[in-house]
Amino acid sequence: MSEHVMSSKLYYTIWITLMCLTVITAAVSFVDLGPFNTIVALVIATIKALLVVLFFMHVKYTSEKLTKIVIVSAIFWLFLLLALSMADYATRFLS
Amino acid sequence: MSDSPIAVEQHGPELRHHFVDAEQQRDAASLGMWLFLATEIMFFGGMFLAYLIYRYAYYNEFAAGSRSIDIWLGTINTAVLICSSLTVALGVRAAQMGKRRLLVTLLLITIVLGLVFLGIKGVEWYQKFEEHHVPGTSFNASDLEKPPYSHGEIDQRHEQIYFSLYFAMTGLHALHMIIGVGIFIFLTYYAWKGRYSPKYYTPVEIGGLYWHFVDIVWIYLFPLLYLIDRKPLR
Amino acid sequence: MATVAVTAERENYLNQEYGIRSWLLTTDHKRIALLYLASITFFFFVGGFFALLIRLELLTPAGDLVQADTYNKLFSMHGQVMIFFFLIPSIPAVLGNFLVPLMIGAKDLAFPRINLLSWYLYIIAGTIYVHCIVTGGVDTGWTFYTPFSTAFSNTRVIEAGIAIFIAGFSSILTGLNFVVTIHRMRAPGMTWSRLPLFIWAMYATSIIQLLGTPVLAITLLLVVFERAFNLGIFDPTRGGDPLLFQHLFWFYSHPAVYIMILPAMAVESEVVACFTRKRIFGYNFVAMSSIAIAVFGFLVWAHHMFTAGISLYSALIFSILSYLVAVPSAIKVFNWTATMYKGSISFTTPMLYAFGFIGLFTMGGLTGLFLAALGIDVHVHDTYFVIAHFHYIMVGGAVMGYLGGLHFWWPKISGRMYPEGWGRLAALLVFAGFNLTFFPQFILGYMGMPRRYWQYPPEFQVLNVLSTAGSTILAVGYVLPMIYFLWSMRYGKIANDNPWDAAGLEWKTSSPPPTFNFEEAPEVTWEAYNYDEIPAPAEVPVER
Repeated sequence: MSEHVMSSKLYYTIWITLMCLTVITAAVSFVDLGPFNTIVALVIATIKALLVVLFFMHVKYTSEKLTKIVIVSAIFWLFLLLALSMADYATRFLS
Repeated sequence: MSDSPIAVEQHGPELRHHFVDAEQQRDAASLGMWLFLATEIMFFGGMFLAYLIYRYAYYNEFAAGSRSIDIWLGTINTAVLICSSLTVALGVRAAQMGKRRLLVTLLLITIVLGLVFLGIKGVEWYQKFEEHHVPGTSFNASDLEKPPYSHGEIDQRHEQIYFSLYFAMTGLHALHMIIGVGIFIFLTYYAWKGRYSPKYYTPVEIGGLYWHFVDIVWIYLFPLLYLIDRKPLR
Repeated sequence: MATVAVTAERENYLNQEYGIRSWLLTTDHKRIALLYLASITFFFFVGGFFALLIRLELLTPAGDLVQADTYNKLFSMHGQVMIFFFLIPSIPAVLGNFLVPLMIGAKDLAFPRINLLSWYLYIIAGTIYVHCIVTGGVDTGWTFYTPFSTAFSNTRVIEAGIAIFIAGFSSILTGLNFVVTIHRMRAPGMTWSRLPLFIWAMYATSIIQLLGTPVLAITLLLVVFERAFNLGIFDPTRGGDPLLFQHLFWFYSHPAVYIMILPAMAVESEVVACFTRKRIFGYNFVAMSSIAIAVFGFLVWAHHMFTAGISLYSALIFSILSYLVAVPSAIKVFNWTATMYKGSISFTTPMLYAFGFIGLFTMGGLTGLFLAALGIDVHVHDTYFVIAHFHYIMVGGAVMGYLGGLHFWWPKISGRMYPEGWGRLAALLVFAGFNLTFFPQFILGYMGMPRRYWQYPPEFQVLNVLSTAGSTILAVGYVLPMIYFLWSMRYGKIANDNPWDAAGLEWKTSSPPPTFNFEEAPEVTWEAYNYDEIPAPAEVPVER
């Protein structure tokens, strides 16, 4: 972990952003965007998660590459579980 | 090396002797916590798979179930956790700067926010019990409104699957919150005792990482469980 | 653990402190390794006991020894005990715990107290499971398939699930400890390319433990919740999909078999190098193949589900991936064999196990390719062909690797030599007994005998009798080392620091090592397997 001391102002900025995104995601869910409702909700959630990981968890400022490798690998492995399982479910009733 | 007299004087009692120096110990602790969080991603991931395939198969029931849980309580809870992540991040910063009283205050606020989250979650669960939306023999979700654009009636059997996942996912998340609160109680106690300083605040840092992770899980649970289909009825 | 002290004995991790508290509250990775050794040996014999009953029942075509329901419990608990309480921990928790810090030049693992916690979690899990056994057991098959396990079985599914859930955490923490240790605590000069291949394989194993076991944990937890709280996630009457359970279960349980075999491959590299007095051929390939096995092993799980109702298209994908995963394993077999070419081979006990491993693992692996072919799998799935296949790998491979490793490092662990004659005899008995037990099962399966059946048509009897006969020889082969290892702790020849003249940092410290492993912190300036620099022994082993 880096020794870099973050400015509290940056933390507050991230916090306000997260709060706004929360309000937005709740509000947008009432608007009819068809299939994009789900996509927008997940994109907003991912942005929020990235803000927490990069800033609150200091990943943006760490010099330790291994941390980033661990995070990316875990997400990739989850993706493997989901994708290869969906390969079954999505193709079950094709023929 | 750590056996030389000079090195012995320079490290505090927190240095465990199988480590060469404090930096190795801190790097080990940090890597250890990140690896643990990776295992947690896979742990919750199993439930995300279940959610994915059942939402794909039973969209109507998932949408109806989603509409029946309280979006305002869910949004408030999301905000509560985000605030708690702020206090955690500020707390780590306070530890880095040696501000003991500020650290203790922030840790206490974090705990309170965590307990608020759990309290609201308890209220939500109680609502579900009252409404007979708990899977099992007394399940009865005939009071659910059909979401707009839904095709056909809500299948009560499939509806139980939405609520099974609702309780499993929020339940396990809540369990992680409880553990987090427990960890932070320990951190607060030791912080109050003056154990942490700019030279050694690793437990605060890695405790913080755990807390942020639990927050991130909720950041995804909120849209997945609460926001499936909130379009107003015509 | 008292030793017969003839001369003044150097202080080592065994005699540094006596008393039960010093063992039960130890954070020394070497003592924890021995705690694990005792516990997993216990479970090995529990699992073996169930195997014995299974083989006794199968002596005759009729179901005449136990009732059908009891037989279901026997094979279920044999599988769960052997996999979760013996094989998964075995080499990592015993040899890995003992050797990883020594091999990289560290004083201990990164998190010694978590290491002890791992063992206590294992003990708690084991105690719960033993309680499960004595209060009725579990009959779902080791695989806990739903909806039988969630809705229909009348046995102690929740208890078994909780026990294995806790054992999973023990496994995760061990893996976590190893990964952090290998990344952060290598001695100066111990670069990644100088690491023994044992470490590479243990690292790969740990990755699997970290990324796979949590999925088993959530799966078992969901089964427990479903059974306890009447959830409907796997319930077909409510629209649940039993195959969802199988996807989640096998996502872990397939990589789990690599958790069981990679450590044996780790041992194989060390033993083959030492007893051919050569650097392992193709070091980089062997190291990378360990990582490749860990990664590819996660991509093939649905080959356990070919006949379960998954889509044909996904079956094709998983079939191709299952062929690919065999490649890195094959690379290792070629490289070990190439190492032996023009090597100076000694037929010590560990080397006998190593030879057995190569042959039997290869057979098991090749028959895996049979199973990966969809057309063949349709016929042999759920038959004794599958049972023979995985026992060739897990017993012919993993257990022989474990025994070979125990023998190889026994002098380091105990400071004593085991009796070489008895060691070789036991190895040969294990090899002969194993083949007699399991080769007939390939034929039985091919001929159509289903697995998990307690009675069978009379035409299968001869092969079953051969198999049972083999199992008794195998049992003798397993009991012998228990006896002579215990004997050696008191009466064995005292071992010097490096009785095999082997390469590796662990052999540069005393046998047994001091508590903090090295008198002076090592600095590594040589490549791994520097057998060209180490003088060959005059004869093996030599008492000095």
